[in-house]
Amino acid sequence: MKEKLVLVGNGMAGVRTLEELLKIAPEKYDITVFGAEPYGNYNRILLSPVLAGEKTIDEIMLNDRQWYEENNITLHTGKKIVNVDRKARKVIADDGSEASYDRLLLATGSNPFIIPVPGHDKTGVIGFRDIHDVDTMLECAKSHKSAVVIGGGLLGLEAANGLMLQGMTVTVVHLMDTLMERQMDPVSGDMLKLELETKGLNFLMEAQTAEILGGDRVSGVRFKDGSEISADLVVMAAGIRPNIELAERIGLHAERGIIVNDTMQTFDPKIYSVGECVQHRGETYGLVAPLFEQARVCANHLAEYGIGLYEGSVTSTKLKVTGVDLFSAGDFIGNESTEEIVMKDAANGVYKKLILKDNKISGAVMYGDTVDGAWYFQLLRDQTDVSDFRASLMFGQAHLGDSGHSGENAAAAMSDEMEVCGCNGVTKGCVVKAITNEGLFTLDEVRAHTKASASCGSCTGLVEQLLASTVGDYSASTKATPMCKCTDHCHDTVRAAIKDNHLISIQAVREHLEWREPDGCAACRPALNFYVLAAWPAEAVDDPQSRFVNERVHANIQKDGSYSVVPRMWGGLTTPNELRAIADVADKFEVPMVKVTGGQRIDLFGIKKEDLPAVWSDLNDAGMVSGHAYGKTLRTVKTCVGSEWCRFGTQDSTGLGVQLEKLTWGSNMPHKFKIAVSGCPRNCAEATIKDFGVVCVDSGYELHVAGNGGIKVRATDLLCKVKTEEEVKEYCGAFIQLYREEAHYLDRTAPWIERVGLSYVKEKVVDDAASRQMLNERFIESQKYSQSDPWAERVSGKSAPNEFTPLKVIPG
Amino acid sequence: MSNWVEVGAVDDIPRLGSRVLQTADGDVAIFRAADDTIFALRDSCPHKDGPLSQGIVHGYTVTCPLHNWKISLESGEAQGPDEGCTGRYEVKVDSGRISVELK
Ligand SMILES: Cc1cc2nc3c(=O)[nH]c(=O)nc-3n(C[C@H](O)[C@H](O)[C@H](O)COP(=O)(O)OP(=O)(O)OC[C@H]3O[C@@H](n4cnc5c(N)ncnc54)[C@H](O)[C@@H]3O)c2cc1C
Ligand code: HEM
Ligand code: SF4
Ligand code: FES
Repeated sequence: MKEKLVLVGNGMAGVRTLEELLKIAPEKYDITVFGAEPYGNYNRILLSPVLAGEKTIDEIMLNDRQWYEENNITLHTGKKIVNVDRKARKVIADDGSEASYDRLLLATGSNPFIIPVPGHDKTGVIGFRDIHDVDTMLECAKSHKSAVVIGGGLLGLEAANGLMLQGMTVTVVHLMDTLMERQMDPVSGDMLKLELETKGLNFLMEAQTAEILGGDRVSGVRFKDGSEISADLVVMAAGIRPNIELAERIGLHAERGIIVNDTMQTFDPKIYSVGECVQHRGETYGLVAPLFEQARVCANHLAEYGIGLYEGSVTSTKLKVTGVDLFSAGDFIGNESTEEIVMKDAANGVYKKLILKDNKISGAVMYGDTVDGAWYFQLLRDQTDVSDFRASLMFGQAHLGDSGHSGENAAAAMSDEMEVCGCNGVTKGCVVKAITNEGLFTLDEVRAHTKASASCGSCTGLVEQLLASTVGDYSASTKATPMCKCTDHCHDTVRAAIKDNHLISIQAVREHLEWREPDGCAACRPALNFYVLAAWPAEAVDDPQSRFVNERVHANIQKDGSYSVVPRMWGGLTTPNELRAIADVADKFEVPMVKVTGGQRIDLFGIKKEDLPAVWSDLNDAGMVSGHAYGKTLRTVKTCVGSEWCRFGTQDSTGLGVQLEKLTWGSNMPHKFKIAVSGCPRNCAEATIKDFGVVCVDSGYELHVAGNGGIKVRATDLLCKVKTEEEVKEYCGAFIQLYREEAHYLDRTAPWIERVGLSYVKEKVVDDAASRQMLNERFIESQKYSQSDPWAERVSGKSAPNEFTPLKVIPG
Repeated sequence: MSNWVEVGAVDDIPRLGSRVLQTADGDVAIFRAADDTIFALRDSCPHKDGPLSQGIVHGYTVTCPLHNWKISLESGEAQGPDEGCTGRYEVKVDSGRISVELK
């Protein structure tokens, strides 16, 4: 018989836990839900837009009754649980009904804090928490004129904005001299106040409420200094208190909130708790992102998988008042031990402040231009050392100016028909519709449903903005994201485990780290294959079935299922004989298109899979090998003519390029890798947008790293300057090896360096000669096992030729 | 009318891999799962006709090489949230030899 799970509190955190649980262990429990509110689960965050008249109640439902039915969940709405018999393990509702449990989940949320001044219980004094409160406000706005909102925080301002849009005259009363003082510093707080005043809100600052006036119904508010204002409605938005009423009644240990450990278990091992009612490591939370993390961990333990701990969250805030852009995260006030960088452009209404501690971002406030909020928040959570790019930090990541979405960077200003994702042709309207209709919360969910941002990723920033403006900010704050859905381990843990435990096959890694899916998936298999090969070059055996098709068949799959073939041309040099052989192949196999590539190679397009071995064989005969134009490996070394021919050339850039290509070809890497060598600073080979670029100068060679010419153009960082070709090769080998050993699979060098910092790479490759030599030696060693021409192997039948021939041909 | 055709041996297909059966009505992809179960689907992704035989096989699922849709080997259906379905064929394995029922 199935065990019984009872959920008390049919709100966002509790139901999210059920959803996570159903994903991983759908058959484990008979589930019963009790909710005091008379509805299914709705998106509480969106009550603000409902009040503002921008959305309807129907639009904010997350789980309707049908959802509970489909998942065989018994739902009791409008029933409040008033007691729990912990010995007999049953809950008792206010109408006397009961339900027994094997496990109990408390997710009772919180209550608005009603300031206990005289008169606080009059009709017309309410909090802002649920659909009932919103209905009351909407009703009141129809027949009454003036409203007072007590509390100038997030909730208060959203309530005030909504009531104003419903036609009321609204005054916000705030105890402090800065609005949203928990999220804003005085400067940005003042800018916000000014903007809201121009929209039509009134403010009373540093005003302490003393009494609510009136008969049965409120008529006004009196303050400590004796002044009064009239009001037909008073909304108390002075904070929330975790709802621990039930927990206290049943003697469950609670302080400000119900105390839980890192597995979301309370002091009673049968009882778990998530959401705003919880106190974890001394913290309580009032935003959804951390609650959803709690939900994921809790579900994992309810399913008895026993992996994953909740270790607390860093949160960030956005205000959902249409037309106002503000963002804040972390500690934004600072102290003696911190530094701040500030940019203020009052006329344009833009203000940004970053707080740095030990060269790491510890807080951020942005007003007017919040495009880079997500990026700063990422740097804050990852505790990235920003010293290397501190000078340009204020100007943002500029990833929204990348190619592929017409330079749009303000999602709110876009019309519904405008394209967000240039790769998959997804419009803004389509993304927003998916978010609302499917109840999506995270970037991953939007990717899965719409394909927006799922290909090249250049529109990620826009999609994040759309998410934030549609449902609020849910940017998950887990530090280490799991590799894929098959595991909770992150890339770094997996790489370390492979090294420490001498794991030499994908199978061994999955067993050692207890993968959920026995075969893994299309995301983790190629990564694991690379990790074991990189860690144990002599022992690990390549698993072709875990490689993406391009690498498996050593050619690039095209959209019609045909392949393109690129023979290697060392340093971009070729000969009449090679050209003749290429021409012959093109004739013989009726190649539809021959093209010169950006990397100085020749590409033969439209070759049928079964012709590949024959094509390779012919090219091999003319002395050519695979150009690896398909792989996560060295692609090309682009060179210019250099001192051999060019009147400006300072060194033999062509010759050096050929040497570098001979050194590095065939190496397995986290992603593709491009090199270029220019003979002088005119830089005709465009070396400063390559993963490793050499610019020859009169006195030697400048080494540049981590450039990228793709979606997100990034100029290289200067690694150092060296004197001899031998040094160039040693530094090149060491740099590649460090990248191979430490980057995550599918990281190009640019994001990798942005994560670990240029200083770190300099430390390992430039400053410490012994480290450099060891890295280079490991690189040379691993190259022994990877420099065999895959084409020749295939042609000679060494590796399964089967794949290239049909299993059987059945004539029609 | 049934039209069973013997197409080859289980061992001709790599584990977690696929081979193609060419027919007059287009290619059929024959897959072999880790546990040696054999499946046959039309070699054409419901999204934009990607060759499923070239994808990565995991469990009873193949991930299309073109845009990563995940297709069930058992039903031919795209897995949520994507929607679409590709044709599937009945398969029999008898002492290591595979037969497929063509339509
Ligand atoms: C207007 C508004 C705007 C917000 N905006 C944002 C935002 O932009 N971003 C953000 O991250 N967060 C925002 N929040 C906060 C967010 O909504 C909450 O953090 C979240 O809903 C808390 O989830 P929960 O499950 O802990 O509590 P809830 O969603 O409140 O669920 C608790 C449920 O339990 C029920 N309950 C309580 N006791 C019992 C009992 N004894 N028996 C049965 N049922 C019981 C309650 O009725 C309630 O339905 C906003 C909140 C409000 C009110
Ligand atoms: C001050 C600026 C520049 C000068 C004076 C200059 C001069 C030259 C010269 C003299 C050559 C050699 C031509 C030959 O004999 O083959 C050359 C080649 C070339 N230049 Fe420039 N160049 C400059 C900037 C650039 C820039 C900015 C680019 C591209 C970003 C560029 C791209 C090229 C290319 C692709 C070649 C051919 C290289 C090869 O394949 O050998 N040049 N340039
Ligand atoms: S980079 Fe300098 S040396 Fe090379 S082709 Fe251009 S001008 Fe000549
Ligand atoms: S063709 Fe298969 S995913 Fe696009």
